[in-house]
Amino acid sequence: MHLTLKVWRQKNNDSEGRFETYELDGISSDMSFLEMFDVLNEKLIAENKEPVAFDHDCREGICGMCSMYINGRPHGPLQGVATCQLHMRSFNDGDTIVVEPWRAVAFPVIKDLVVSRTAFDRIVASGGFVSVNTGNAQDANSLPVPKEAADHAFMAAACIGCGACVAACKNSSAMLFVSAKISQLALLPQGQAERKIRAEKMVAQMDTEGFGACTNTGACSAECPKEISMENIARMNREYLGAKLTSSAV
Amino acid sequence: MSWLTQTLSSSIGKKLVMALTGLFLTSFLAVHVAGNLQLFNADEGLAFNLYTVFMTTSPIIKTISYGLYAFILIHAFQGFYLAYQNRQARGKVTYSKVDNQSTWASRNMALLGTVLLVFIVVHMAQFWYDYKFGQLPFKKYTIELAEGKIVNTETMPEGYMLKSKLEEQLSDDQKTKTIIVKDLYMIVDRAFANLPLVLLYVLSMVAVSYHLVHGFRSAFQTLGINHPKYNPLLDFLGVWVFGIIIPAAFAAMPVYFYIMHLLH
Ligand code: HEM
Ligand code: SF4
Ligand code: FES
Repeated sequence: MHLTLKVWRQKNNDSEGRFETYELDGISSDMSFLEMFDVLNEKLIAENKEPVAFDHDCREGICGMCSMYINGRPHGPLQGVATCQLHMRSFNDGDTIVVEPWRAVAFPVIKDLVVSRTAFDRIVASGGFVSVNTGNAQDANSLPVPKEAADHAFMAAACIGCGACVAACKNSSAMLFVSAKISQLALLPQGQAERKIRAEKMVAQMDTEGFGACTNTGACSAECPKEISMENIARMNREYLGAKLTSSAV
Repeated sequence: MSWLTQTLSSSIGKKLVMALTGLFLTSFLAVHVAGNLQLFNADEGLAFNLYTVFMTTSPIIKTISYGLYAFILIHAFQGFYLAYQNRQARGKVTYSKVDNQSTWASRNMALLGTVLLVFIVVHMAQFWYDYKFGQLPFKKYTIELAEGKIVNTETMPEGYMLKSKLEEQLSDDQKTKTIIVKDLYMIVDRAFANLPLVLLYVLSMVAVSYHLVHGFRSAFQTLGINHPKYNPLLDFLGVWVFGIIIPAAFAAMPVYFYIMHLLH
Protein backbone atom coordinates (compact mmCIF):
# COMPACT_ATOMS: atom_id res chain seq x y z
CA MET A 1 0.00 0.00 0.00
CA HIS A 2 1.03 3.58 -0.61
CA LEU A 3 -0.14 6.13 1.96
CA THR A 4 0.08 9.84 2.55
CA LEU A 5 0.20 10.62 6.27
CA LYS A 6 -0.52 14.04 7.71
CA VAL A 7 0.75 13.84 11.27
CA TRP A 8 0.59 16.47 14.00
CA ARG A 9 4.08 17.36 15.24
CA GLN A 10 4.52 19.42 18.39
CA LYS A 11 7.66 19.78 20.48
CA ASN A 12 5.87 20.28 23.82
CA ASN A 13 2.81 21.91 25.28
CA ASP A 14 4.32 25.39 25.14
CA SER A 15 5.27 25.30 21.49
CA GLU A 16 2.97 25.55 18.52
CA GLY A 17 2.33 22.43 16.54
CA ARG A 18 1.88 21.86 12.82
CA PHE A 19 1.12 19.07 10.40
CA GLU A 20 3.95 17.24 8.61
CA THR A 21 3.22 15.21 5.52
CA TYR A 22 4.93 11.86 4.97
CA GLU A 23 4.72 9.45 2.03
CA LEU A 24 4.93 5.76 2.95
CA ASP A 25 5.36 2.85 0.54
CA GLY A 26 5.22 -0.90 0.97
CA ILE A 27 2.72 -0.97 3.84
CA SER A 28 1.06 -4.39 4.22
CA SER A 29 -2.68 -4.43 4.76
CA ASP A 30 -2.07 -6.95 7.58
CA MET A 31 -0.05 -4.46 9.60
CA SER A 32 -1.67 -2.83 12.58
CA PHE A 33 -1.98 0.94 12.57
CA LEU A 34 0.78 1.20 15.18
CA GLU A 35 3.07 -1.08 13.14
CA MET A 36 2.55 1.28 10.24
CA PHE A 37 3.75 4.07 12.57
CA ASP A 38 6.75 1.90 13.52
CA VAL A 39 7.63 1.70 9.82
CA LEU A 40 7.31 5.47 9.54
CA ASN A 41 9.56 6.01 12.56
CA GLU A 42 12.22 3.60 11.29
CA LYS A 43 12.23 5.53 8.05
CA LEU A 44 12.53 8.85 9.91
CA ILE A 45 15.37 7.52 12.06
CA ALA A 46 17.19 6.24 8.95
CA GLU A 47 16.82 9.73 7.49
CA ASN A 48 18.22 11.18 10.71
CA LYS A 49 14.94 12.86 11.55
CA GLU A 50 13.06 12.97 14.84
CA PRO A 51 10.62 10.03 15.06
CA VAL A 52 6.95 10.69 15.83
CA ALA A 53 6.19 10.32 19.54
CA PHE A 54 3.06 8.25 20.16
CA ASP A 55 1.74 6.38 23.19
CA HIS A 56 1.24 2.63 23.29
CA ASP A 57 1.76 -0.22 25.67
CA CYS A 58 -0.20 -3.46 25.46
CA ARG A 59 -1.07 -3.30 21.75
CA GLU A 60 -4.03 -5.57 22.46
CA GLY A 61 -6.74 -3.14 23.44
CA ILE A 62 -6.54 -3.30 27.22
CA CYS A 63 -4.24 -0.55 28.47
CA GLY A 64 -5.82 2.52 26.87
CA MET A 65 -2.55 4.22 25.94
CA CYS A 66 -2.79 4.36 22.14
CA SER A 67 -4.52 7.71 21.77
CA MET A 68 -4.70 8.73 18.12
CA TYR A 69 -7.36 10.82 16.43
CA ILE A 70 -7.49 9.32 12.94
CA ASN A 71 -9.34 10.94 10.06
CA GLY A 72 -11.62 12.83 12.41
CA ARG A 73 -12.35 9.92 14.76
CA PRO A 74 -10.67 8.75 17.97
CA HIS A 75 -9.15 5.29 17.43
CA GLY A 76 -10.01 5.49 13.73
CA PRO A 77 -12.93 4.29 11.66
CA LEU A 78 -13.77 0.95 13.34
CA GLN A 79 -16.27 0.64 16.15
CA GLY A 80 -15.36 -0.89 19.50
CA VAL A 81 -11.58 -1.10 19.01
CA ALA A 82 -8.57 0.88 20.14
CA THR A 83 -5.98 2.22 17.68
CA CYS A 84 -3.70 -0.75 18.37
CA GLN A 85 -6.44 -3.12 17.17
CA LEU A 86 -6.98 -1.21 13.95
CA HIS A 87 -5.38 -2.73 10.86
CA MET A 88 -4.35 -1.22 7.57
CA ARG A 89 -6.96 -3.29 5.75
CA SER A 90 -9.44 -0.70 7.02
CA PHE A 91 -7.80 1.76 4.60
CA ASN A 92 -7.28 1.85 0.85
CA ASP A 93 -4.14 2.09 -1.23
CA GLY A 94 -3.42 5.76 -1.91
CA ASP A 95 -5.39 7.09 1.07
CA THR A 96 -4.44 10.26 2.89
CA ILE A 97 -4.67 9.70 6.66
CA VAL A 98 -4.78 12.63 9.08
CA VAL A 99 -3.53 11.81 12.60
CA GLU A 100 -3.94 14.25 15.49
CA PRO A 101 -3.56 14.05 19.27
CA TRP A 102 -6.59 14.15 21.62
CA ARG A 103 -7.50 17.80 21.89
CA ALA A 104 -8.73 19.05 25.25
CA VAL A 105 -7.53 21.68 27.70
CA ALA A 106 -7.48 18.98 30.36
CA PHE A 107 -5.23 16.75 28.18
CA PRO A 108 -2.15 18.88 27.46
CA VAL A 109 0.10 17.67 24.64
CA ILE A 110 3.39 16.26 25.92
CA LYS A 111 4.87 15.71 22.48
CA ASP A 112 3.48 15.05 18.99
CA LEU A 113 0.61 12.58 19.51
CA VAL A 114 1.26 11.98 23.21
CA VAL A 115 -1.06 13.75 25.65
CA SER A 116 -1.11 13.75 29.43
CA ARG A 117 -4.16 11.99 30.81
CA THR A 118 -3.20 12.48 34.45
CA ALA A 119 -6.44 14.45 34.87
CA PHE A 120 -8.14 11.03 34.76
CA ASP A 121 -5.81 9.76 37.48
CA ARG A 122 -6.66 12.71 39.69
CA ILE A 123 -10.38 12.06 39.20
CA VAL A 124 -9.98 8.42 40.20
CA ALA A 125 -7.76 9.42 43.12
CA SER A 126 -10.48 11.77 44.36
CA GLY A 127 -12.89 8.91 45.09
CA GLY A 128 -12.85 6.11 42.54
CA PHE A 129 -11.85 3.43 45.01
CA VAL A 130 -12.96 1.46 48.05
CA SER A 131 -11.04 2.54 51.16
CA VAL A 132 -11.24 -0.63 53.20
CA ASN A 133 -8.87 -3.46 52.54
CA THR A 134 -11.08 -6.19 51.16
CA GLY A 135 -8.52 -8.91 51.87
CA ASN A 136 -8.33 -12.18 50.00
CA ALA A 137 -11.09 -13.30 47.69
CA GLN A 138 -13.96 -14.58 49.80
CA ASP A 139 -16.22 -17.49 49.20
CA ALA A 140 -18.31 -16.48 46.19
CA ASN A 141 -21.60 -16.87 48.03
CA SER A 142 -20.70 -14.90 51.14
CA LEU A 143 -21.60 -11.61 49.49
CA PRO A 144 -24.60 -12.02 47.24
CA VAL A 145 -24.47 -9.89 44.07
CA PRO A 146 -27.38 -10.10 41.66
CA LYS A 147 -26.28 -11.27 38.22
CA GLU A 148 -27.67 -8.14 36.57
CA ALA A 149 -25.74 -5.83 38.90
CA ALA A 150 -22.58 -7.84 38.35
CA ASP A 151 -23.04 -7.66 34.57
CA HIS A 152 -23.61 -3.90 34.53
CA ALA A 153 -20.73 -3.28 36.92
CA PHE A 154 -18.50 -5.42 34.71
CA MET A 155 -19.53 -3.56 31.57
CA ALA A 156 -18.67 -0.26 33.28
CA ALA A 157 -15.41 -1.68 34.61
CA ALA A 158 -14.36 -2.47 31.02
CA CYS A 159 -13.39 1.20 30.62
CA ILE A 160 -9.65 1.38 29.95
CA GLY A 161 -9.34 5.12 30.60
CA CYS A 162 -8.15 5.83 27.08
CA GLY A 163 -9.81 9.26 26.83
CA ALA A 164 -11.44 8.66 23.45
CA CYS A 165 -14.74 9.85 24.95
CA VAL A 166 -13.18 13.23 25.73
CA ALA A 167 -11.53 13.35 22.31
CA ALA A 168 -14.79 12.54 20.51
CA CYS A 169 -17.01 14.90 22.49
CA LYS A 170 -17.54 18.36 21.01
CA ASN A 171 -17.45 19.65 24.60
CA SER A 172 -14.36 17.63 25.62
CA SER A 173 -16.53 16.20 28.36
CA ALA A 174 -15.23 13.37 30.52
CA MET A 175 -18.65 12.24 31.70
CA LEU A 176 -18.57 8.82 30.03
CA PHE A 177 -15.28 7.97 31.73
CA VAL A 178 -16.32 9.34 35.13
CA SER A 179 -19.75 7.70 34.91
CA ALA A 180 -18.14 4.33 34.19
CA LYS A 181 -15.85 4.70 37.21
CA ILE A 182 -18.74 5.78 39.47
CA SER A 183 -21.05 3.05 38.15
CA GLN A 184 -18.72 0.09 38.59
CA LEU A 185 -18.60 0.74 42.34
CA ALA A 186 -22.13 2.09 42.87
CA LEU A 187 -23.53 -1.20 41.56
CA LEU A 188 -21.58 -3.49 43.88
CA PRO A 189 -21.92 -4.05 47.64
CA GLN A 190 -18.28 -3.11 48.28
CA GLY A 191 -18.92 0.35 46.86
CA GLN A 192 -21.92 1.23 49.04
CA ALA A 193 -20.14 2.71 52.08
CA GLU A 194 -18.59 5.57 50.08
CA ARG A 195 -21.22 5.76 47.38
CA LYS A 196 -22.36 9.35 47.98
CA ILE A 197 -19.06 10.99 48.81
CA ARG A 198 -17.51 9.24 45.79
CA ALA A 199 -20.04 10.71 43.36
CA GLU A 200 -19.69 14.17 44.89
CA LYS A 201 -15.89 14.19 44.89
CA MET A 202 -15.34 12.66 41.47
CA VAL A 203 -17.74 15.06 39.76
CA ALA A 204 -16.16 18.02 41.58
CA GLN A 205 -12.69 16.90 40.47
CA MET A 206 -13.93 16.39 36.90
CA ASP A 207 -15.18 20.00 36.86
CA THR A 208 -11.94 21.31 38.38
CA GLU A 209 -9.89 19.66 35.63
CA GLY A 210 -11.62 21.78 32.98
CA PHE A 211 -13.59 19.15 31.08
CA GLY A 212 -16.79 20.38 29.42
CA ALA A 213 -20.36 19.47 30.37
CA CYS A 214 -22.44 16.81 28.64
CA THR A 215 -24.89 17.66 25.84
CA ASN A 216 -25.90 14.00 25.45
CA THR A 217 -24.74 13.88 21.84
CA GLY A 218 -23.64 10.26 22.30
CA ALA A 219 -20.40 10.69 20.30
CA CYS A 220 -18.43 9.36 23.31
CA SER A 221 -20.25 6.07 23.49
CA ALA A 222 -20.13 5.66 19.70
CA GLU A 223 -16.33 6.01 19.74
CA CYS A 224 -15.55 4.19 22.99
CA PRO A 225 -13.37 1.12 22.28
CA LYS A 226 -15.17 -0.65 25.14
CA GLU A 227 -18.61 0.57 24.02
CA ILE A 228 -19.44 2.00 27.44
CA SER A 229 -23.15 2.90 27.37
CA MET A 230 -24.79 6.29 27.90
CA GLU A 231 -26.86 4.61 30.61
CA ASN A 232 -23.83 5.12 32.83
CA ILE A 233 -24.07 8.89 32.42
CA ALA A 234 -27.74 8.76 33.42
CA ARG A 235 -26.72 6.69 36.43
CA MET A 236 -23.99 9.16 37.36
CA ASN A 237 -26.52 12.01 37.19
CA ARG A 238 -28.81 10.07 39.54
CA GLU A 239 -25.93 9.22 41.85
CA TYR A 240 -24.62 12.77 41.93
CA LEU A 241 -27.93 14.59 42.33
CA GLY A 242 -29.15 12.01 44.85
CA ALA A 243 -25.92 12.34 46.81
CA LYS A 244 -26.11 16.14 46.78
CA LEU A 245 -29.69 16.04 48.05
CA THR A 246 -29.15 13.49 50.79
CA SER A 247 -25.49 13.36 51.84
CA SER A 248 -24.44 14.74 55.21
CA ALA A 249 -21.88 17.11 53.63
CA VAL A 250 -23.40 20.60 53.80
CA MET B 1 -20.62 27.98 48.94
CA SER B 2 -23.67 26.21 50.24
CA TRP B 3 -24.37 22.71 48.97
CA LEU B 4 -27.20 24.02 46.85
CA THR B 5 -25.24 26.66 44.94
CA GLN B 6 -22.40 24.17 44.67
CA THR B 7 -24.75 21.64 43.11
CA LEU B 8 -26.35 24.09 40.71
CA SER B 9 -23.01 25.48 39.56
CA SER B 10 -21.50 22.04 38.89
CA SER B 11 -21.52 20.70 35.35
CA ILE B 12 -24.34 18.29 36.17
CA GLY B 13 -26.24 20.97 38.10
CA LYS B 14 -26.12 23.38 35.16
CA LYS B 15 -27.48 20.62 32.98
CA LEU B 16 -30.22 19.98 35.52
CA VAL B 17 -31.29 23.62 35.22
CA MET B 18 -31.30 23.31 31.41
CA ALA B 19 -33.37 20.14 31.57
CA LEU B 20 -35.96 21.42 34.07
CA THR B 21 -36.44 24.78 32.37
CA GLY B 22 -36.41 23.11 28.94
CA LEU B 23 -39.11 20.63 29.94
CA PHE B 24 -41.21 23.40 31.41
CA LEU B 25 -40.97 25.33 28.15
CA THR B 26 -41.85 22.14 26.31
CA SER B 27 -44.98 21.60 28.37
CA PHE B 28 -45.96 25.21 27.73
CA LEU B 29 -45.63 24.53 24.01
CA ALA B 30 -48.25 21.78 24.26
CA VAL B 31 -50.73 24.12 25.98
CA HIS B 32 -49.96 26.96 23.59
CA VAL B 33 -50.56 24.88 20.46
CA ALA B 34 -53.84 23.53 21.79
CA GLY B 35 -55.11 27.06 22.45
CA ASN B 36 -53.90 28.42 19.14
CA LEU B 37 -55.77 25.74 17.22
CA GLN B 38 -58.76 28.07 17.81
CA LEU B 39 -57.31 30.11 14.95
CA PHE B 40 -58.61 27.47 12.57
CA ASN B 41 -62.19 27.89 13.85
CA ALA B 42 -64.42 29.34 11.14
CA ASP B 43 -65.96 31.90 13.54
CA GLU B 44 -64.15 35.06 12.51
CA GLY B 45 -61.87 34.72 15.47
CA LEU B 46 -64.41 34.67 18.31
CA ALA B 47 -63.08 31.54 20.04
CA PHE B 48 -59.49 32.68 19.60
CA ASN B 49 -60.22 36.17 20.95
CA LEU B 50 -62.01 34.74 23.98
CA TYR B 51 -59.10 32.37 24.57
CA THR B 52 -56.64 35.30 24.58
CA VAL B 53 -58.78 37.09 27.16
CA PHE B 54 -58.69 34.00 29.35
CA MET B 55 -54.91 33.63 28.92
CA THR B 56 -54.24 37.25 29.90
CA THR B 57 -56.67 37.60 32.79
CA SER B 58 -56.70 34.29 34.66
CA PRO B 59 -54.50 34.79 37.76
CA ILE B 60 -53.16 31.23 37.55
CA ILE B 61 -52.12 31.60 33.92
CA LYS B 62 -50.64 35.02 34.68
CA THR B 63 -48.50 33.62 37.48
CA ILE B 64 -47.33 30.74 35.31
CA SER B 65 -46.53 33.12 32.50
CA TYR B 66 -44.18 35.21 34.65
CA GLY B 67 -42.42 31.99 35.60
CA LEU B 68 -42.29 31.19 31.92
CA TYR B 69 -40.57 34.48 31.01
CA ALA B 70 -38.02 33.91 33.76
CA PHE B 71 -37.42 30.33 32.60
CA ILE B 72 -36.89 31.43 29.01
CA LEU B 73 -34.21 33.86 30.18
CA ILE B 74 -32.56 31.36 32.54
CA HIS B 75 -32.60 28.64 29.89
CA ALA B 76 -31.18 30.94 27.21
CA PHE B 77 -28.41 32.47 29.36
CA GLN B 78 -27.43 29.15 30.90
CA GLY B 79 -27.44 27.58 27.41
CA PHE B 80 -25.16 30.24 25.96
CA TYR B 81 -22.87 30.07 28.98
CA LEU B 82 -22.62 26.28 28.75
CA ALA B 83 -21.92 26.50 25.03
CA TYR B 84 -19.13 28.99 25.76
CA GLN B 85 -17.62 26.88 28.55
CA ASN B 86 -17.84 23.71 26.48
CA ARG B 87 -16.10 25.48 23.64
CA GLN B 88 -13.32 26.57 26.01
CA ALA B 89 -12.77 22.97 27.14
CA ARG B 90 -11.45 22.01 23.70
CA GLY B 91 -8.63 24.55 23.87
CA LYS B 92 -7.08 26.93 21.38
CA VAL B 93 -6.13 24.31 18.80
CA THR B 94 -9.07 22.47 17.30
CA TYR B 95 -9.17 19.34 15.15
CA SER B 96 -8.42 19.84 11.48
CA LYS B 97 -10.70 16.99 10.50
CA VAL B 98 -13.86 15.98 12.34
CA ASP B 99 -16.12 13.03 11.62
CA ASN B 100 -18.36 13.24 14.67
CA GLN B 101 -20.59 10.24 15.35
CA SER B 102 -23.63 12.13 16.62
CA THR B 103 -26.71 13.84 15.24
CA TRP B 104 -26.54 17.34 13.79
CA ALA B 105 -29.23 18.61 16.16
CA SER B 106 -27.36 17.40 19.24
CA ARG B 107 -24.24 19.31 18.18
CA ASN B 108 -26.12 22.51 17.34
CA MET B 109 -28.41 23.09 20.30
CA ALA B 110 -26.99 26.57 20.89
CA LEU B 111 -27.39 27.57 17.23
CA LEU B 112 -30.97 26.26 17.24
CA GLY B 113 -31.53 28.02 20.55
CA THR B 114 -30.32 31.31 19.04
CA VAL B 115 -32.91 31.00 16.29
CA LEU B 116 -35.52 30.31 18.98
CA LEU B 117 -34.48 33.34 21.01
CA VAL B 118 -34.72 35.65 17.98
CA PHE B 119 -38.09 34.11 17.21
CA ILE B 120 -39.38 34.52 20.76
CA VAL B 121 -38.38 38.21 20.78
CA VAL B 122 -40.03 38.91 17.41
CA HIS B 123 -43.10 36.88 18.33
CA MET B 124 -43.62 38.57 21.69
CA ALA B 125 -43.01 42.06 20.30
CA GLN B 126 -45.54 41.38 17.63
CA PHE B 127 -48.45 39.82 19.45
CA TRP B 128 -47.85 39.89 23.19
CA TYR B 129 -46.68 43.51 23.39
CA ASP B 130 -49.33 44.69 20.97
CA TYR B 131 -52.05 42.91 22.88
CA LYS B 132 -50.96 44.22 26.25
CA PHE B 133 -49.88 47.74 25.43
CA GLY B 134 -50.82 48.51 21.84
CA GLN B 135 -53.97 50.05 20.37
CA LEU B 136 -55.87 47.01 19.27
CA PRO B 137 -59.17 47.26 17.40
CA PHE B 138 -62.26 45.89 19.13
CA LYS B 139 -64.71 43.60 17.44
CA LYS B 140 -68.38 43.17 18.18
CA TYR B 141 -69.94 39.75 17.62
CA THR B 142 -73.71 39.34 17.68
CA ILE B 143 -74.74 35.81 18.52
CA GLU B 144 -78.15 34.28 18.11
CA LEU B 145 -78.60 32.31 21.33
CA ALA B 146 -81.06 29.63 20.22
CA GLU B 147 -78.67 28.13 17.69
CA GLY B 148 -75.45 29.69 18.91
CA LYS B 149 -74.81 31.17 15.47
CA ILE B 150 -72.90 34.37 14.85
CA VAL B 151 -75.34 36.57 12.98
CA ASN B 152 -73.29 39.75 12.70
CA THR B 153 -69.76 40.98 13.29
CA GLU B 154 -68.47 44.49 13.09
CA THR B 155 -65.18 46.15 13.84
CA MET B 156 -65.63 48.98 16.29
CA PRO B 157 -64.59 52.47 15.11
CA GLU B 158 -61.00 53.50 15.67
CA GLY B 159 -60.36 54.91 19.12
CA TYR B 160 -63.10 52.79 20.67
CA MET B 161 -62.03 51.77 24.16
CA LEU B 162 -63.34 49.39 26.76
CA LYS B 163 -62.44 49.41 30.43
CA SER B 164 -62.05 45.64 30.32
CA LYS B 165 -60.89 43.34 27.58
CA LEU B 166 -64.30 41.79 27.20
CA GLU B 167 -67.87 43.03 27.42
CA GLU B 168 -70.87 40.77 27.09
CA GLN B 169 -74.46 42.00 26.83
CA LEU B 170 -77.78 40.22 26.47
CA SER B 171 -80.32 41.86 24.16
CA ASP B 172 -83.64 43.03 25.65
CA ASP B 173 -85.57 40.17 24.11
CA GLN B 174 -83.03 37.70 25.46
CA LYS B 175 -82.64 36.22 21.96
CA THR B 176 -79.20 37.53 21.06
CA LYS B 177 -76.04 38.35 22.84
CA THR B 178 -73.27 40.76 21.86
CA ILE B 179 -69.66 40.27 22.74
CA ILE B 180 -67.13 43.06 22.34
CA VAL B 181 -63.56 41.86 22.59
CA LYS B 182 -60.02 42.91 21.65
CA ASP B 183 -59.48 41.59 18.15
CA LEU B 184 -56.10 39.89 18.24
CA TYR B 185 -57.35 37.53 15.55
CA MET B 186 -57.35 40.38 13.05
CA ILE B 187 -53.78 41.34 14.02
CA VAL B 188 -52.72 37.74 13.46
CA ASP B 189 -54.59 37.62 10.19
CA ARG B 190 -52.97 40.84 8.94
CA ALA B 191 -49.49 39.92 10.10
CA PHE B 192 -49.41 36.72 8.12
CA ALA B 193 -50.06 38.44 4.81
CA ASN B 194 -46.35 39.23 5.01
CA LEU B 195 -44.30 36.51 3.29
CA PRO B 196 -40.92 37.11 5.04
CA LEU B 197 -42.65 36.89 8.40
CA VAL B 198 -44.40 33.66 7.41
CA LEU B 199 -41.02 32.26 6.37
CA LEU B 200 -39.44 33.32 9.68
CA TYR B 201 -42.20 31.49 11.54
CA VAL B 202 -41.86 28.34 9.48
CA LEU B 203 -38.05 28.37 9.82
CA SER B 204 -38.35 28.84 13.57
CA MET B 205 -40.69 25.89 13.84
CA VAL B 206 -38.09 23.79 12.02
CA ALA B 207 -35.63 24.96 14.69
CA VAL B 208 -38.10 24.01 17.45
CA SER B 209 -38.41 20.59 15.84
CA TYR B 210 -34.67 19.93 15.78
CA HIS B 211 -34.18 21.45 19.26
CA LEU B 212 -36.77 19.12 20.74
CA VAL B 213 -36.00 15.98 18.74
CA HIS B 214 -32.71 16.04 20.61
CA GLY B 215 -33.70 18.08 23.67
CA PHE B 216 -36.70 16.14 24.89
CA ARG B 217 -34.96 12.80 25.25
CA SER B 218 -31.77 14.54 26.34
CA ALA B 219 -33.54 16.28 29.22
CA PHE B 220 -34.66 12.94 30.62
CA GLN B 221 -31.14 11.54 30.28
CA THR B 222 -29.92 14.58 32.25
CA LEU B 223 -32.48 13.83 34.96
CA GLY B 224 -31.09 10.30 35.09
CA ILE B 225 -33.99 8.66 33.30
CA ASN B 226 -32.68 6.20 30.73
CA HIS B 227 -34.54 2.94 31.10
CA PRO B 228 -35.49 0.32 28.52
CA LYS B 229 -39.09 0.36 29.78
CA TYR B 230 -39.61 4.07 29.20
CA ASN B 231 -37.16 4.95 26.42
CA PRO B 232 -39.54 3.94 23.60
CA LEU B 233 -42.25 6.24 25.01
CA LEU B 234 -39.78 9.12 25.45
CA ASP B 235 -38.50 8.63 21.91
CA PHE B 236 -42.04 8.62 20.57
CA LEU B 237 -42.98 11.80 22.44
CA GLY B 238 -39.72 13.55 21.57
CA VAL B 239 -39.73 12.72 17.89
CA TRP B 240 -43.39 12.51 16.93
CA VAL B 241 -45.29 14.71 19.36
CA PHE B 242 -42.77 17.46 20.17
CA GLY B 243 -40.50 17.09 17.16
CA ILE B 244 -43.06 16.77 14.37
CA ILE B 245 -46.75 17.18 15.24
CA ILE B 246 -46.55 20.27 17.46
CA PRO B 247 -44.08 22.27 15.31
CA ALA B 248 -46.06 21.30 12.19
CA ALA B 249 -49.31 22.49 13.79
CA PHE B 250 -47.67 25.79 14.73
CA ALA B 251 -46.17 26.22 11.27
CA ALA B 252 -49.55 25.51 9.67
CA MET B 253 -51.01 28.67 11.29
CA PRO B 254 -49.04 31.36 9.41
CA VAL B 255 -49.16 29.26 6.25
CA TYR B 256 -52.95 28.97 6.52
CA PHE B 257 -53.42 32.73 6.87
CA TYR B 258 -50.99 33.42 4.06
CA ILE B 259 -52.87 31.09 1.70
CA MET B 260 -56.18 32.66 2.72
CA HIS B 261 -54.79 36.07 1.75
CA LEU B 262 -53.63 34.70 -1.60
CA LEU B 263 -57.08 33.29 -2.28
CA HIS B 264 -58.94 36.52 -1.53
C1 HEM C 1 -34.66 30.97 24.20
C2 HEM C 1 -33.78 30.44 23.41
C3 HEM C 1 -33.14 29.10 23.70
C4 HEM C 1 -31.82 28.87 23.80
C5 HEM C 1 -30.71 29.88 23.64
C6 HEM C 1 -31.65 27.46 24.07
C7 HEM C 1 -30.42 26.83 24.20
C8 HEM C 1 -30.27 25.52 24.55
C9 HEM C 1 -29.01 24.83 24.63
C10 HEM C 1 -27.64 25.46 24.32
C11 HEM C 1 -29.24 23.58 25.04
C12 HEM C 1 -28.23 22.48 25.24
C13 HEM C 1 -27.61 22.53 26.60
C14 HEM C 1 -26.59 21.47 26.73
O1 HEM C 1 -26.97 20.31 26.88
O2 HEM C 1 -25.40 21.76 26.67
C15 HEM C 1 -30.66 23.44 25.22
C16 HEM C 1 -31.30 22.30 25.66
C17 HEM C 1 -32.67 22.15 25.73
N1 HEM C 1 -33.63 23.08 25.35
FE1 HEM C 1 -33.24 24.95 24.75
N2 HEM C 1 -32.88 26.86 24.14
C18 HEM C 1 -33.82 27.83 23.90
C19 HEM C 1 -35.19 27.66 23.87
C20 HEM C 1 -35.84 26.47 24.16
C21 HEM C 1 -37.26 26.28 24.09
C22 HEM C 1 -38.28 27.33 23.63
C23 HEM C 1 -37.51 25.00 24.49
C24 HEM C 1 -38.80 24.26 24.63
C25 HEM C 1 -39.87 24.52 24.01
C26 HEM C 1 -36.24 24.39 24.82
C27 HEM C 1 -36.08 23.11 25.29
C28 HEM C 1 -34.87 22.51 25.56
C29 HEM C 1 -34.71 21.19 26.10
C30 HEM C 1 -35.83 20.22 26.49
C31 HEM C 1 -33.32 20.97 26.21
C32 HEM C 1 -32.62 19.70 26.72
C33 HEM C 1 -32.03 19.88 28.08
C34 HEM C 1 -31.04 18.78 28.38
O3 HEM C 1 -30.35 18.31 27.47
O4 HEM C 1 -30.92 18.39 29.53
N3 HEM C 1 -35.24 25.31 24.60
N4 HEM C 1 -31.28 24.64 24.91
S1 SF4 D 1 -15.36 5.46 28.63
FE1 SF4 D 1 -14.57 4.40 26.78
S2 SF4 D 1 -13.66 6.07 25.59
FE2 SF4 D 1 -13.89 6.87 27.66
S3 SF4 D 1 -11.96 6.43 28.71
FE3 SF4 D 1 -13.29 4.68 29.13
S4 SF4 D 1 -12.82 3.20 27.50
FE4 SF4 D 1 -11.97 5.15 26.81
S1 FES E 1 -1.85 -0.01 23.20
FE1 FES E 1 -2.98 -0.73 24.90
S2 FES E 1 -5.02 -0.30 24.31
FE2 FES E 1 -3.91 0.18 22.52
